Amino acid sequence: MTDLLDAPSSPLGKPIKRTEDPRFITGEGRYVDDIKLQSTAHMAILRSPYAHANIRSIDTSAARAMPGVLAVYVGADIPYNPMPMAWPAGGSAGIQNNVSTPRTLATDSVKWTGEGVAAVVAETEDQAFDALEVIAVDWEPLPAVVDAEKALADGAPQLHENAPNNVVFEWNVGDKAGTDAAVDGAEVVVRQRIVNQRLIPNPMEVRGNIGWYNPGTDEYTIWMSSQTPHIQRLLLAAFVMGIPEHKIRCISPDVGGAFGTKIFCYPDYALVLFASKNLGGRPVKWIEQRRESYGSTIHGRDHITYLEIAGKRDGEVTGLRVKTLANLGGRLSTIGPGIPTTLYARVLSGCYKIPNVYAEVTGVYTNTAFVDAYRGAGRPEATYVIERAMDLFAAEIGMDRAELRRRNFIQPDQFPYENPSGLGTASGGAKIYIDSGNYEPAMDKALGIVGYADLAAKKAEALARGKRLGLGFSTYIEVCGVAPSKWIGAVGEGWGAAMWESSNIKIHLTGKVVVTMGTQPQGQGHETTYAQVVADQLGVPMEDVIVQHSDTQGTPFGYGSYGSRTSSVGMTAAVKAAQKVKAKAARYAAHMLEANVEDIEIDGAEYRVKGSPDKKKTIQEIAFALDLAFDAPEGMEPYLDETAYYDTPNCTWPFGTHIAVVEIDDETGHVDLVRYVAVDDVGKKINPMIVDGQLHGGIAQGVGQALWEEAIYSDEGQLLSGSMLDYALPRASWFPHIELDETVTPSPVNPLGVKGVGEAGAIASTAAVANAVMDALGDLGIRHLDMPYTSQKVWSAIQSAKGGQS
Amino acid sequence: MGEHISMTVNGTTRELDVEPRRLLVQVLREDLDLTGTHVGCDTSQCGACTVHVDGKAVKSCTMLAVQADGSAVTTIEGMAEAGDGGALHPLQTAFWEKHGLQCGFCTPGMIMTAADLLSRNADPSDEEIRHALEGNICRCTGYQNIVAAVRAAAVAMADGATAGETAGAGVGA
Repeated sequence: MTDLLDAPSSPLGKPIKRTEDPRFITGEGRYVDDIKLQSTAHMAILRSPYAHANIRSIDTSAARAMPGVLAVYVGADIPYNPMPMAWPAGGSAGIQNNVSTPRTLATDSVKWTGEGVAAVVAETEDQAFDALEVIAVDWEPLPAVVDAEKALADGAPQLHENAPNNVVFEWNVGDKAGTDAAVDGAEVVVRQRIVNQRLIPNPMEVRGNIGWYNPGTDEYTIWMSSQTPHIQRLLLAAFVMGIPEHKIRCISPDVGGAFGTKIFCYPDYALVLFASKNLGGRPVKWIEQRRESYGSTIHGRDHITYLEIAGKRDGEVTGLRVKTLANLGGRLSTIGPGIPTTLYARVLSGCYKIPNVYAEVTGVYTNTAFVDAYRGAGRPEATYVIERAMDLFAAEIGMDRAELRRRNFIQPDQFPYENPSGLGTASGGAKIYIDSGNYEPAMDKALGIVGYADLAAKKAEALARGKRLGLGFSTYIEVCGVAPSKWIGAVGEGWGAAMWESSNIKIHLTGKVVVTMGTQPQGQGHETTYAQVVADQLGVPMEDVIVQHSDTQGTPFGYGSYGSRTSSVGMTAAVKAAQKVKAKAARYAAHMLEANVEDIEIDGAEYRVKGSPDKKKTIQEIAFALDLAFDAPEGMEPYLDETAYYDTPNCTWPFGTHIAVVEIDDETGHVDLVRYVAVDDVGKKINPMIVDGQLHGGIAQGVGQALWEEAIYSDEGQLLSGSMLDYALPRASWFPHIELDETVTPSPVNPLGVKGVGEAGAIASTAAVANAVMDALGDLGIRHLDMPYTSQKVWSAIQSAKGGQS
Repeated sequence: MGEHISMTVNGTTRELDVEPRRLLVQVLREDLDLTGTHVGCDTSQCGACTVHVDGKAVKSCTMLAVQADGSAVTTIEGMAEAGDGGALHPLQTAFWEKHGLQCGFCTPGMIMTAADLLSRNADPSDEEIRHALEGNICRCTGYQNIVAAVRAAAVAMADGATAGETAGAGVGA
């Protein structure tokens, strides 16, 4: 890229190489564990070996006597409140939330293997681990339950006194009477129990923090691997520690992936801050072990769903009735209840015009790790339900699956569309509706790429090779770009607070444009894409736009990055800030050029007097003069420095069609993903190269759920898939080349026309692969299998279907 | 209590006293401040800690530091030419150009493993690249652009690119 002033083409929409990459490819990235502060002490946490137990006593005397040990803490030592529960379920009358959240360290009992019960701080990490070994806990083991249905059954072990029958909440949405009538009176009803299995997100960088208490100022600083430093400061200060917000500074340096896991308020944040203060201000570092991460960082999904889809033999779908049990773990994570309610059931009908939808969701405590938002957060679960349901319905009435979808798509002239599971009605005053879409062109494009017309021939050809070929669809939509504060802040509907975003732009006297924001990258390339947006707005070269983030001291408050919100909400705030900068620059240009501001025309970085093209100043010349302000007119504040806060009026609605093609070995049951075609409409693209990368990664994670990944607890609550040896993380050789294409329907909700793309791949791909596997096995009369489709599971099903031994 | 070892790390001889139980990755990261080598797991699965020991890719979490006594170790910090603004290795350039990284955490290990592959097979197919990366996990990219980056580096190196000839890459396409 050359000087934009010479070649005034905007960087927007171009596949520009990422500006953050040089440090990562040379090993100079700085993740939390790479930060070394002088006199740092190291912390290790003792985790419960039992899924359910009372703590009779803890003897730490031997640990305290170990070499290098500085302190040993148990729950009773720490005066903080339990972790906050920020998003109870709600939205309809009579919802009771039976809340139990973790404490900094457990005090009386533990509810899952991995809950923290004691912590050692020592001079070195090895010494801290050595000392953990000699802490003696007198346990009273209790019966455990790990399955949501079993937890609700009579006689099940009870986890919390305030949660009878282990119920976190019972919640519903939609028109029950209308849906009952539609389903119970329908020509065709298809029913299926489906399981959306528990997943372990596994960002490559585990979590970790360094806490530092400054005795001189009575202030805390924490370096954390977080998606939400501003929210963590708020939650830690106001809810956990009970101190003013300004007393904590949160810094989230380079974050090695997150996928939702690093949104939440974890006990270890409070623990390192407590320890640092207790030790008189020594920095205290805690870096999670991977095995610790498996049991103690949030898990995702874990739904058991009973679906009923109803309609007519001509293909008109008229009703969807869903009952879901959401396993939320032994205690609640920060927004756990919000995921299977608002972010799931309100979009169950997907891109289809289904007039009657009703869903009941029961949140359940079990003796497992807490469950919260994992990439897609509720919407992959919803997409899995509706896309499996559409395939089951098509099979029942003998209709082509693509035609069934086409028959039921919301049509372009039907937007704005308020779906019947209550997006519009429960919005607390905000108007939440599906604002745009055009679903058929995306599907037709995907059908063309994959060669859908030749499916039968391809199946026959594969069968001749001993392979069962299957093709599966996912015609998905997602609600993202979260979210209007009126909606997400409405009592019960959201997390009781706002979800706007912020950005500050200032132009230094020395000429660089510095952009700060409340969002927080975890690998998405924000340093590049924010610079593209602001360079485009101000007409300056990208090299002159410096993007700084991740420190609550020096960035405006923001809600962080998740829910595919950074481009649509965060970057719109940057656009708004740039517009303020331009307006002020125009006023000062008028002064410098001795013209009226109405006569100033802006062309990229140039501010010119209309009719006198030689009378002009660049924005950086204006900034220089205004930052010095020797000659500023009366009433004009010095410095080009503007902040904007942006509350989006609606969410955004990406959509598309994903098609997976699998071949199943008839002898071994091995499922091979042989093709993957994705046609996505994510609106306009700030950087198409980065968009493609987000889609690749999301698709891979969703495919992982369909084919390989599953968190498994024993009946006693031991995590059997508790390491990378035991949990099947996808490898490079397991994937084909992913084929991407697009349609572009700009979002009408923001000036950039963007929708967000972080979650789309993960939302769409699981259902596409599942439907492909079921299509491959359909000829055997197999109607449904639960994921993941391991060779053993598929082989057993094939053998059973053939009447052999399974 | 330490064992004395001597290693050549990124071309510089380092004399160290290390506890026998300490892993090579711990010594690289903590004693030598070479934090580009990452720790992503505790079961030798993820490959984020991959370095070269005597020219071969090794997971440095799976080797005691004392076992590296007398060896030549190269880490990600040693891949580009030395010095401020030193020219990138063709693999580094290719990962950048092909968007072969997102969060960057697996990237050093990926590059080290890929360099080992290209030293054994200068013209690998996509399938061979995917197979060679079996011991390196990436959770961000779906591997697609990593494969493309390794292919691009192979082509560049076949055309004679070395670390010295890929200099000057600036921001922009």
